[in-house]
Order: sequence, then structure tokens, then C-alpha cells
Amino acid sequence: MDIAVNILLTIATAATPLLVAAIGELVVERSGVLNLGVEGMMIMGAVAGFGASYLTGSPWAGLLAAMVVGALFSLLFAVMTLSLATNQVATGLSLTLLGLGLSGMMGTGFVGLPGERLPYLYIPFLSDLPVVGKLLFGQDPVFYISIALTAAVAWFLFRTRAGLTLRSIGDSHTSAHALGIKVIRYRYLAVLFGGACAGLAGGQLSLVYTPQWVENMSAGRGWIALALVVFASWRPWRVFAGAYIFGMIWIGQLHVQAIDLQQFAGAPWLLYKVMELLKSLPSQYLAMLPYLATIVVLVLISRNKRLTMMNTPASLGQPFVPDR
Amino acid sequence: MRLELVKRPQRSALFSALSPFIAFVLTMIAGGIMFALLGINPFTAFNTYFVSPISEVWQLHELTIKAAPLILIAVGLAVCYRANIWNIGAEGQFILGGIAGSIIPVMFPTFESPIVLPLCLLLGMVGGALYAAIPALLKTRFNTNEILTSLMLVYVAQLFLDWMVRGPWRDPQGHGFPQTVLFNNSATLPELFPDSGRANWGFVFALVAAVAVWLLMSKMLKGFEVRVLGSSPRAGRFAGFSFNRMVFFAFMLSGALAGLAGISEVTGAINQLQPTISPGYGFTAIIVAFLGRLNPLGIVAAGLVLALTYLGGEAAQTALGISDKVARVFQGMLLFFVLGCDTLIHYRIRLVGLGAPKPDAVPAPKLEEAH
Amino acid sequence: MKKLLIALMTTAAGVSLAANAEAADKLKACWVYVGPIGDFGYSYQHDQGRLEAQKELGDKIETAYLENVAEGPDADRAFERLARENCKMIFGTSFGFMDSMVKVAKKFPKVMFEHATGYKTADNLGVYNARFYEGRYVMGQIAAKVSKKGVAGYIVSFPIPEVVMGIDAFMLGAQSVNPNFKLKIVWVNSWFDPGKEADAAKALFDQGADIITQHTDSTAALQVAEERGLHGFGQSSDMIKFAPKAQLTANTDNWGPYYVKRIKEALDGTWKPDNVWLGIKDGAVELSPFTNMPDDVKAMAEATKKKIADGWNPFTGPVAKQDGSAWLKDGEVADDATLLGLNFYVKGIDDKLPQ
Repeated sequence: MDIAVNILLTIATAATPLLVAAIGELVVERSGVLNLGVEGMMIMGAVAGFGASYLTGSPWAGLLAAMVVGALFSLLFAVMTLSLATNQVATGLSLTLLGLGLSGMMGTGFVGLPGERLPYLYIPFLSDLPVVGKLLFGQDPVFYISIALTAAVAWFLFRTRAGLTLRSIGDSHTSAHALGIKVIRYRYLAVLFGGACAGLAGGQLSLVYTPQWVENMSAGRGWIALALVVFASWRPWRVFAGAYIFGMIWIGQLHVQAIDLQQFAGAPWLLYKVMELLKSLPSQYLAMLPYLATIVVLVLISRNKRLTMMNTPASLGQPFVPDR
Repeated sequence: MRLELVKRPQRSALFSALSPFIAFVLTMIAGGIMFALLGINPFTAFNTYFVSPISEVWQLHELTIKAAPLILIAVGLAVCYRANIWNIGAEGQFILGGIAGSIIPVMFPTFESPIVLPLCLLLGMVGGALYAAIPALLKTRFNTNEILTSLMLVYVAQLFLDWMVRGPWRDPQGHGFPQTVLFNNSATLPELFPDSGRANWGFVFALVAAVAVWLLMSKMLKGFEVRVLGSSPRAGRFAGFSFNRMVFFAFMLSGALAGLAGISEVTGAINQLQPTISPGYGFTAIIVAFLGRLNPLGIVAAGLVLALTYLGGEAAQTALGISDKVARVFQGMLLFFVLGCDTLIHYRIRLVGLGAPKPDAVPAPKLEEAH
Repeated sequence: MKKLLIALMTTAAGVSLAANAEAADKLKACWVYVGPIGDFGYSYQHDQGRLEAQKELGDKIETAYLENVAEGPDADRAFERLARENCKMIFGTSFGFMDSMVKVAKKFPKVMFEHATGYKTADNLGVYNARFYEGRYVMGQIAAKVSKKGVAGYIVSFPIPEVVMGIDAFMLGAQSVNPNFKLKIVWVNSWFDPGKEADAAKALFDQGADIITQHTDSTAALQVAEERGLHGFGQSSDMIKFAPKAQLTANTDNWGPYYVKRIKEALDGTWKPDNVWLGIKDGAVELSPFTNMPDDVKAMAEATKKKIADGWNPFTGPVAKQDGSAWLKDGEVADDATLLGLNFYVKGIDDKLPQ
């Protein structure tokens, strides 16, 4: 039982940054903006989080700084794409390039310094419960924030007027504009929110996942977060599920490698054969699994054209300039 | 104070020509401030960045080597993007092109004949095109989002290459290191002017591809079809164009060009397969495509400029002692200014005083004054 | 923009200025790194070696480097650039730079080239490498002593000889203490991804290992060991700051002495291309202080370290291959060529070497 709990905890830590960044990007894309700069904002959050934590001695200050810097960095994207109507794909990619360089520059002095981990939650009695104790009441703060964010965004998008407005902007900015909605203002806020989330995800990397700063430490997680949003067909709880499925495959393939086949000697024949097959696969193929799984799931959920259309922000990626 | 965009009735020819220069000047100013803060004379820095790389013949050669794959890939992507089809997996198509094109020199390392190289290049294009056909097939059959599938396939391609060079294709005489045999001479892309530098035929391919796609887009019916379907699929259907066929066409054309870039890089500059054969050309080419305004000829210029910033960045590292990161930040700055200034082609920018907003004005967001 | 500039301003002080004013009689030594010097791992250690040389030789030399250089045409250009910019001595620190260096060395016969971890030499191209496996043998012994379950986890990047050598040496060391020692191996297919390394460490601990070692660059695995109250080893750099209670020792790369020596030879005009494989005795492989272990284990580790420094090779027979067939006869020592191309496990490792 302990091992199962541990595996779940590992999965949660691996899934949290993906979830947080993807939830932010989901809001951005729901407003009709495609920001491919998640990786760049994430790494900026990571360096800012570590730096602020190191300089102030408080990882909480680090977490805050990660969000603020992520949001500020996304402002650059917002000004470019919203005020100057530049191409979103190219601007987002440039943002990632800039973020990777800038973070390396800012982090020069932080290399090789051990960081302080954000404290785990501990509630007497509750956290000591078997199994659920650690899973539900003993994790790091960002884990709880990620769940709260998912719930809040789901509520906001589908239960509030402002959420409805945001979605209508994503579906057709021209008609939203015709109705007198301040398209650009909404989009600015959405992009900033996305930036803060990506920054927070980066902060989780340098303050929880592996408390340290090293260059390029996001190692492509921003791209996976982008994938998750589409994987989830722009639904918050599906992003949640997707992040954990990703985490599961990711962690699972590490476990398959470490597992002792003899442990399965008494297991059902099929299970044994599956384990044997998984173990005999080259590790490159195991590493491909999350990506192939995304494609497969994508095929499965996209087959119903009408359902996909309903969720896809129709004006995603198109520049909008108010007309008069 | 705030800023408003007003759409021009048609694109401004003046700013079309002028905007790169405005961007350049702005980059100089912002970059100059950055370098000054780092304690480096801005003029020395600019000289190192933009002048030194093109002041020596060998560096001009290197410029074409760096620019060739960017241009080749970006030209193909431009067709996709014009058709409103989002292939962002050129990196994977590049890799698959490299792998497919290497079949002959790796499996038959002693086979030498004048037909080897053309076959390699052809196989490379086929490999890239077929790999690009996967997202096209998924999009047309299952309506999957091609941005995502093409991106996912990049990771799959990288891992597949990794497995190939560590496993089945590993050089038996290579001390176990992850690389294939070195290609023989008949599978090597010749250098253009071997006496003065390393530039190879890859750059010629890039120029030919750019001109061919430019002709296709501006002079042929297919180009019209691409543009119509890109701007309005509905109108395209009325005109009898098939969107699905366009998806395949655009993906496979860009895949073939990315594959050609891949195999040109492998047979020209690397001469064997390694675990990584691209430092992200497939992604950088997306930026190049937009910097070139999705125009094949503009892309040639954009590819050269971006290649120049890479070379300049290296020169700055050794000559000025700045780090690789400063070079990348400077590159990022340039990209942002160029993208921003291109706005002037389609829009006029009007500054509006806070005190007197026009009553019918749609409020535009405030801008940081420092921008 | 303002925000960016402020950020830049505050970090301006942290940017290293490698190049000094040109001086005619100074020897210019240059380095090409495959990764960023901020990786706190492989490239970082090479750069520490550069800084040590700069410090030691002071104003007799000037240094420059290019970091994050991709293997292939970018590397060709990097070496050519440095050679043209009057570098008299150029160190390339990645195996994948080999063919670039061979090409450029041919073109610039007066420049001295030094290639780490390669095997091709020329009149002006030498190769150097470090016997990291020596340290790993000692680590294996310590692991077998300290481990309560007799199971260690090993996080690895890619199946190249360098890595296989390390695994084999670690296992031989462990078996010399506990013949039934078990090794669990996880391939993460990356030299550098702290998150993934941490995940792999957790997976290995969950699967029963209580000691962790890694042939990847970050400190993440050790940090996991620290958090779980278990033990592990540092890699490339001394990582004790990251895991004061968990690190037993670290197998560190110490290139400084070699760089100083070679540059001095270049200054004296006595430099000749060489093919050296440095070990514990040359100071290139250094085991950081043995900590968090009982005194008898410490004594054993010190003794083994000394034995190796005195010339004993951990790959001394009898050693059987994984399938049980004989590899080294009793007393037979593996020759360097075999080791440098090592592509099989020794007996007792329960893993299939990825082919």
C-alpha cells in the first residue's frame, strides 16, 4: 500500500506543473489567443521563484515572485499580439527563445546553490491517516493551488457571466465586439492570468519539484502543457485528468524499468506477458508513450466533429483589431 | 497616453519597405542600452554582431550553411500557413528526412555510384513528406488538431532517431558510440567552392525551393487555391477546391522540403547520423517564415538575417566575452522589434491623449510607456 | 522593456567576462562546451577547470569559450572561429565534437587541439579522458556496505561505453562486498532533466532500492534521497550542499590540473598531442570526502581509493559477462581499448542493455 501511495505522490508532483501551466493556457486559448511562449514564461517563473526565495529566504516570496514575473513576461506577449496585432505563433515562439536566454542570464549567480523547498502541508491527525493522509493532507502548497485553480477556472468559465463573455470572445471576437464587449481588455487579462500560471508552474519546478536553479530546467514541460490543453479539448477538468494521465505514463515507464519481473511470477499470465513486453521494449519507445498516447486520445476525442467544434475557440490565434 | 491601431485601406508599400529598418534602429537602441549596462561599448558590440560575420569569406560560407535549412523549411511552412494549416512539426519531418535519406549510405556503406546522392535526397524528401502525411491523415480522417499531432510527432521522431543510432544503425567499428558509419564520398553533398569555405549545395536547394514556391504561390492556380482556402474555406469549397486535398498537399510539400533540409544537413555538413541532427531548425524556421511575412523571397532574407544573429552571437561570445544568454536575449529583442514593426504595414498607429478620448473610440488597452 | 532592462541591470554583475584586452604575447586558450556552463554538471566542471587555469597562469594566458554548441555544423564553425580568432590551444569537451575537431585541426596545423573523451588523434590533436569508473568502483563498495536491503538504484542517460563502464565498475565494487548485491537500472534518455531524474529516483526507491547513484548531471536524485532519509552519491560536482545527510561521496570531474599542465606545456613549447586517460592518481577523478557512513566503511573506501591510485584496475579478473561467459581470467586486466568500447554488462546485473 505504501508503494502505491508513494507512486501517486510522485505522479502528483510530476503532474502539478503541467496542470497549472495548462490551466493558465486554457484560459488564454478560451479567449481566442494562442500563446506558444509557455515554456519561456515557465522558465522565467522558475528563475524568479528560486531567486526571490534565495534572496529573501522565504520560498513563499519565491512563489509570489514566480507568478508576478510570469505575468510581467506575458505582458510583453500581450502588448505585441493584442496592441500591435503581431502573429501569435511567431510571437509566442520568440517569447520562448527570449525567456530561455533571459532566465539563463538572470540565473547566472544562482547556479550550484541549494534551494529551500516549500514546506509540505501538515495537519495533525489528518495528515497521519493511513493512505489518504499523505495524499490529501500532506502535499506541497502548489498541489492544492493547482486543484483550486482547476475548480475556479471551471466555475469561472461555465458558471459566471464574465466566463461566458470570455468564451464568446474566443468564439467570435467580431460579434463580441459588436455587442460592446471590450475584447482586448479581456484578452489582456487572460494572457496575464496565463502568464502568472505558467510562472507559478515554473516556481513549482524550482521550489518544490527540484529545489534548485539550473538553466533550461523546465526541459520541455511548457510544450507538454500546451499539448494538454488541446488534449483536453479546452475543458478544465479534462486538463486535470490529462495532466495526471501524462504523469502516470511518465512515472509508470520509469517503474516498469525498475521493476523486478520475478515479482510477477505468480501474477496472471496476461499481466506477466504485458510486463515482460514493456520491460523488453527499448527505453526510447517507452519514452515515446506519452506522446503517442496523446495522439491516440486526440483521435478518439476528435472523431465527433460536432462535440469538438463546440469546445474549440473558433477565433483561436487570429489577431483582432477593433474596427470603427 | 494610449495607443490605437487603425487599419489601413491597403497594405502600406512604404512601411513594407521601411519597417525592417525601423526595427533595426530600435534594436540598436535597446541593444545599445543593454550592452552599455553590461559594460560593453555598443558600437563594438554591433560591429561584432552584424559586420564581423559578413566581413570574412569563410563566415559568409558559414552563413549559408546556417541559413539553408531555415529557409528550406520556412518556405514549405509558408505554404501551410497561407492555407491556414498549422504544421509546427517540421523538426520531426526534418529528422525523418535525415533518417530516410541515410538508408543507402548506412545499409550499403561501400556502395559508390553517382546515383547514390540523388537517391539519398529523394528518399529524404519522401521520408519527410510521409511523416508529414500522418498529421494530415489524422486531420482529414479524424478531425484531430494538427498543431498538436505534428508537435507530438517531433518528440517521437527524436526518440526514434536516438534509438536508430544507438541500436540497429550503430557503427560496428565506432567503439560503441552512438553514431552511424561516416558516409562515403558518393553520398556526400559537394561543397560549392571548396577552396574558400564549407558552403554546400544545401543553400542552392534553398534558393531554388524559394523561387519555385514563389512561382507556385504567385503565378499558378495552386497558389490561388492555397490562398482562397486559407482565407475562407467556405469560399474555397464553392470554387470547387477540396480542403482535405489541400491539407495533404500543404503538409506533404512542407514535409518534403523539411526532409530535404534534413538530408542535406546530414549528407552535407554532418556526414553521418548522430543522436541529434538539428539544433531546433524546425522551430526556428517557424519564426523565419513569419519574419519573411510568409513570402518565399522574404523568407530568404529573414533566414539570412537570423543566421547572421547566430553567427554574430558566437562572435560576440568570443570577442566580447558576453555569455551565450546575452546573445540569445539580443536575438529575442530583434525578433520582437521586427514583428512589432511589421504592424505598421497594415495599421496606422495613433497616440491618443488620455484627456480627450474620442466618443466613438473603442477603448484600447494602455501600454507601458517604456515600450 | 523597462522591466527587462531592470532585470538586465541587476544581473549585469553576474555576467562573466572571459576575454580580456588583447595582448600580443599572451597565449589564448579556448574551450567549446556542449552544454550551458550553468548546468552545475559536466560543462560547469570543465568551465571550473578553465577558471582554475586562468587563475593559476594569470596574465600569461587569456581564455575564451563558446557554450551550448550543438554537435555537427555548429561545432565545425565554433572550432574554426576560435582557431581564426588566434586561439593557440582549443579544448573540445564533448565526444560528438570529434569529427569537427579532426576536420578543423587539419586546416589549422599550428593550433593545438585537445579533445575530451574521443579516440581520433592527429599531429596537432590530442585526446584526454578521465577514468570515472575508478570512482564508481569505490562507490559500489560503499553502497554494498551502507545499503540495508542490498539494492541500489542507478539512473542512467544513454548506453554509451562511458556509462556502461560506470555501471559495471559500480557492480563489481558492490559484489566485492556483497556477492548478491542487486542493481536496478532506469534509463531516462537525457543527460539533463532535473524533474525526470527526481522522478526516476523516487521510482527506484519505491521499487526497493535504498541507495541511489546516477550518471546524469543534476542534483535532483540526491535531493530525493535526502528527503527520504536515504543515501546516494554526487555526480560531476561535490553536491554535499544539496544533500548534507544523504551524500556518501561524489565522483567529481576535476579538469583544472590537466588544463594547467597542458597550457604550461604549450607556453614552454613542449606540448605534444597525447592520448591520456587520467584517473584518481592524476587527480582528474576526485572522490569528495566520505561522509554519512560508519568509520569502518570510510576506512575501506579510503583503502580502495589508495589501491586504485597505486595502479590497481577495478577491471581485474576474474570477471564474467552478464550471460556467465568468461571475460577476464584470474588476474587479467581489461585493456583500455576494450573498456573504451564496452558494450556489455558484467554478471549479476539484471537489466537488458539497450541495443
